[in-house]
Amino acid sequence: MADRERSSPRPKGRVFVARTRVMDRDEVRRALVRIAHEIVERNRGLEGVVVIGIQKGGVPLALQLVGILREIEGTAVPFGTMDVAFYRDDIGMRPVFPEEATDLPFDLTGRIVVLFDDVLFTGRTVRAALEALAECGRASAVQLAVMVDRGHRELPIRPDFVGRNLPTRRDEMVEVSEEGVTIGDLVAAGNEAAR
Amino acid sequence: MSAPGTPTTTRVPPGWAEGEPDATSASEATGDLFAGHRAPVVRHLLSIADLGGDGIAEVMRLSDAFAEVAERPIPKVPALRGRTVATVFMEPSTRTRLSFETAAKRLSADVMTFTASTSAAVKGESLRDTVETIDAMGIDAMVIRHHASGAPLRVTDWVGASVINAGDGTHEHPTQALLDCYTIREALTQRRDGEVPADFKGLRIAIVGDIKHSRVARSNVLAFTALGAEVVLVAPPTLMPASLEGWPVTATGDLDATLAELDVVYLLRIQSERLGEVLLPSLDEYHWRYGLTRARADALRKEALVMHPGPMIRGVEISPEVADLPASLVTRQVRNGVVVRMAVLFHLLGSGVI
Repeated sequence: MADRERSSPRPKGRVFVARTRVMDRDEVRRALVRIAHEIVERNRGLEGVVVIGIQKGGVPLALQLVGILREIEGTAVPFGTMDVAFYRDDIGMRPVFPEEATDLPFDLTGRIVVLFDDVLFTGRTVRAALEALAECGRASAVQLAVMVDRGHRELPIRPDFVGRNLPTRRDEMVEVSEEGVTIGDLVAAGNEAAR
Repeated sequence: MSAPGTPTTTRVPPGWAEGEPDATSASEATGDLFAGHRAPVVRHLLSIADLGGDGIAEVMRLSDAFAEVAERPIPKVPALRGRTVATVFMEPSTRTRLSFETAAKRLSADVMTFTASTSAAVKGESLRDTVETIDAMGIDAMVIRHHASGAPLRVTDWVGASVINAGDGTHEHPTQALLDCYTIREALTQRRDGEVPADFKGLRIAIVGDIKHSRVARSNVLAFTALGAEVVLVAPPTLMPASLEGWPVTATGDLDATLAELDVVYLLRIQSERLGEVLLPSLDEYHWRYGLTRARADALRKEALVMHPGPMIRGVEISPEVADLPASLVTRQVRNGVVVRMAVLFHLLGSGVI
């Protein structure tokens, strides 16, 4: 989902060219370990906590987070995935596709939901996710965790847990995976070498 | 079996359609968003030929997301909030109209219903005046069923809305074919422990019944073969089209000889209202020669699937006890009809591509 926010003004025939590697694999892992400890600290344990990854970029990192939570607390936190395409506010303005079907194998009512996405940018994906969550039950609290907060918010949304605050230009691109975080640009195809 | 639905681009936002003349500004800005989506850009759904194999696969993939929505406690998403879908049915139909209306409502669209029997059509208003009037009220999609083949294509010239063919004469019924493909795909997925088949290669599907007058048969031949299945048409000579030239199928009059090698038996309704001439000695004789009786059901392979687009006439196309066997997917077809029509409406109104 954040992937789509990043690429929404992606012009035809342009490709992502990596410029700066800002986090490597170990740093992503360390950030996730810190976020895991912060989640345990904030909620005084993991009683009632569930983790939901936002398709598509948030899911692999959220899964890794669940693994880390199990290592440090010995608790298997329920895990779900959510695709928010049907809740977006730009349907009809540009092509919107769901990446995967939503999979929430538990009732949200009374749970503390930790929503996980890879990049927080305009905040519109998170707004859509909050609306989708509300239809799946009344969570007692929703907390937002992101690997990268790159700024440029268009809505009053702030994260509770952040891997890295990363000031960016609006036209830059941020790629996030378990392998690391990279800032880059969109370049006309064929011009990659000139950069 | 021509393919009329040439994709038009009149109301597609700039840049959504490929090959637009002004490829400099707006279309450059969004064209790359289609990366990874090989499906064609269509505004209207008139024929399965508009979609091709890639388009059908895309509808299947999106239908999975809506199948999950259908399982929720509140089976509704706000995706098409503020859009209006009009159903214009100039022929009797309950299940297709209800299915489209349910699909639109689950996407939070508003629904307007027009049925020929209760409207100005019985007062002599022309189709053109009727659809232009409905279009003038401000609608985004028009779902149309008409007794004349090609009527939906004609309507695309008169209205600004996206036109969805819900059955035109003996031409096509594309959403029926899409839901049939989705139902087969779902059954295969269950059999393979969740592994979704990429296509229907290696499947042998028989379509049995009134091929000549059946729009369902035409759409399904296109859809099944586009996905790689092998299709056998089974019908008495009087109910077989005069020529099958250009159809990628084989034909036979002998149902019993084909039963043992089939993966899917697709039964068509005997449309008494469309049989203007005497093409069958009697319905009993049809049942005896071409109906899926208990004995024929036993001759099928154990894992063969039985399908019927409905309404099912027990005792003609199918014996009452066979219709209730576990191999029968008839109720799954109805359930999947809503899911697939949600996908079609979302694609045409929400994303602009199928």
